Amino acid sequence: MQPFTSLTSRTVVLPSTNIDTDQIIPARFLTTTTRHGLGAHLFEDRRYDEHHALRADFPLNQPQASGRILVAGRNFGCGSSREHAPWALIDYGFRAVISSEIADIFSNNSLKNGLLPVVVDETTNDWLIAHPGVELTLDVASATLSLPDGAIVHFPLEPFARHCLLEGLDELGFLLARRAQIDAYERHRA
Amino acid sequence: MTPRTLFDKVWQRHEVSPESASAPAVLYVDLHLLHEVTSPQAFQVLRERGLAVRCPERTLATMDHSTPTHTEQVFGGTPITIDSAARQVAQLERNCAQFNIELLALRHAQRGIVHVIGPELGLSQPGQTIVCGDSHTSTHGALGALAFGIGSTEVGHVLATQCLLQRKPRTLAIEVAGELDRGVGAKDLILSIIGRLGVAGGTGHVIEYRGETIRALDMDERMTVCNMSIEAGARAGMIAPDETTFAYLAGRPRAPAGAAWERALASWRALPSDQGALFDREVFIDATAVAPMITYGTNPGMVIPIDGHIPARSGDAAFDRALAYMGLNAGEAIKDQKVNVVFLGSCTNARLSDLRSAATLLRGRHIAKGLTMLVVPGSQQVKRAAEAEGLDRVFLEAGAEWRESGCSMCLGMNGDMVGRGQYCVSTSNRNFEGRQGVGARTLLASPLTAAACAVRGCITDPRELM
Repeated sequence: MQPFTSLTSRTVVLPSTNIDTDQIIPARFLTTTTRHGLGAHLFEDRRYDEHHALRADFPLNQPQASGRILVAGRNFGCGSSREHAPWALIDYGFRAVISSEIADIFSNNSLKNGLLPVVVDETTNDWLIAHPGVELTLDVASATLSLPDGAIVHFPLEPFARHCLLEGLDELGFLLARRAQIDAYERHRA
Repeated sequence: MTPRTLFDKVWQRHEVSPESASAPAVLYVDLHLLHEVTSPQAFQVLRERGLAVRCPERTLATMDHSTPTHTEQVFGGTPITIDSAARQVAQLERNCAQFNIELLALRHAQRGIVHVIGPELGLSQPGQTIVCGDSHTSTHGALGALAFGIGSTEVGHVLATQCLLQRKPRTLAIEVAGELDRGVGAKDLILSIIGRLGVAGGTGHVIEYRGETIRALDMDERMTVCNMSIEAGARAGMIAPDETTFAYLAGRPRAPAGAAWERALASWRALPSDQGALFDREVFIDATAVAPMITYGTNPGMVIPIDGHIPARSGDAAFDRALAYMGLNAGEAIKDQKVNVVFLGSCTNARLSDLRSAATLLRGRHIAKGLTMLVVPGSQQVKRAAEAEGLDRVFLEAGAEWRESGCSMCLGMNGDMVGRGQYCVSTSNRNFEGRQGVGARTLLASPLTAAACAVRGCITDPRELM
């Protein structure tokens, strides 16, 4: 993974609450055996109508919508454990998701792929939803979000996940290095 | 010693190293279940890094999500229609062969939905840690295991190291008291609990379902309850093992036997939460107030009693959008709304007792004209057991289709889909937009309610047909 230290970008806003992983990437696209190319189908059934024409009213389809930070209503990423959801968001170009609540498995999966899940209070999230396209800076080391007026908002970031993001490490290396401990645990249990 | 919860005990038994401020716990995994959809990318990582599977003997693979349910495609010469699904199935066969993992493949007599076969084989046991690249892994918590869904990257971690890095979640006790009414079952109970908690009410928590109502449930019913923990945002739901659990496991092919059974029993009996153990949160549910439940919106928390009215929430755009998608109006009764399709299946409600429950209303009756009903047993073993007692005849004579096992129309990956704008009463777990097909409208309910709706062709209170 590439190290992730900070990100400055405009936001794209999806105001809906409870955006589930079936909306992010519908199940019929999960028959893939790779991690790549899913961005083309991100939010497929919300981006396109039944004739596969772009829906003009969907935020991602609006010409001014460009940015690497997705802001969404409460409880983003609920539902299935499919890692295809963060893969699709990343493949499309997003590097961070902000919401007032983010589902557990989605959040875990995102961190393992360098997509930063940012949980902020309802007031901040409401403001961000009401102001699509603002430029924000996310700083991983301090786990802060800088708003356009200079205000700083802290967000929770598990210390080990933060370390992995900053160093560009993945957890598998850490686990493989614990082999002797795992061996000892197995011997003790046997 | 401080009183501990069931969760605390299972967690502590599996700590290779406990969590610290700077690092999560290294948690050992007893049983790793694999299926074709979320594993290919994990095997790819093993190949890229030249890694082996650490414990093939703790790993079992099956195929369920993208597999066909038509008998001629499973056992005959007709190929799988969807090319990418066929490739995914073939990929799992290659991966299991290369990495020496046992696979219950398409024609295997013990194949089925991964969360149905684990308990059915006696593989899922009290006190274990169980993971699978699927959010409904919470099902196995019904046996007193800590079981949760993981992503594909974590599937790779478990394949390579048999461990996961985990922060300890908080605990939520859901205490249920009182007897469930006639026509009200485990599905109604869990839908009612999700309605109360909300779809994010359990986020960050492991639920323990407890109390007299839970103890009175049989194992199939307990699995239905634990299965939908994730629909309240909780990664895992657990029920303390008791005599019901032990009687269920005794004699199953992969459960311990002989002296090993006696040792296991002694260890399992120590698992229930100690008197006075503290939970981070507690919620109390009165089971006597639960009616047959049905969802009306696009998440499982949008649920009402079947004799109720669709609520209104002024100024809630997401709520209005959900109703518009469903083609339903605030203030309307849900009863008598038209139904086009009924799906009896999924890891939530496709075990033998679910099929029996639906059959009680379908025996000697016919499904409504123009309605399609799909009955998809949770496993091939469930299918054969149902056939042995004639349930297949009940469904077929009622006009329903009787299929081979798999996830099927729960998420439509294999082509079993609901058409745009069609209403489907489904015994599955998710009524998300597009879940059962583009534009499909899902109403979640119990097998009994689904059968009643099939007979009348509209939303029907099952108590009217009992």
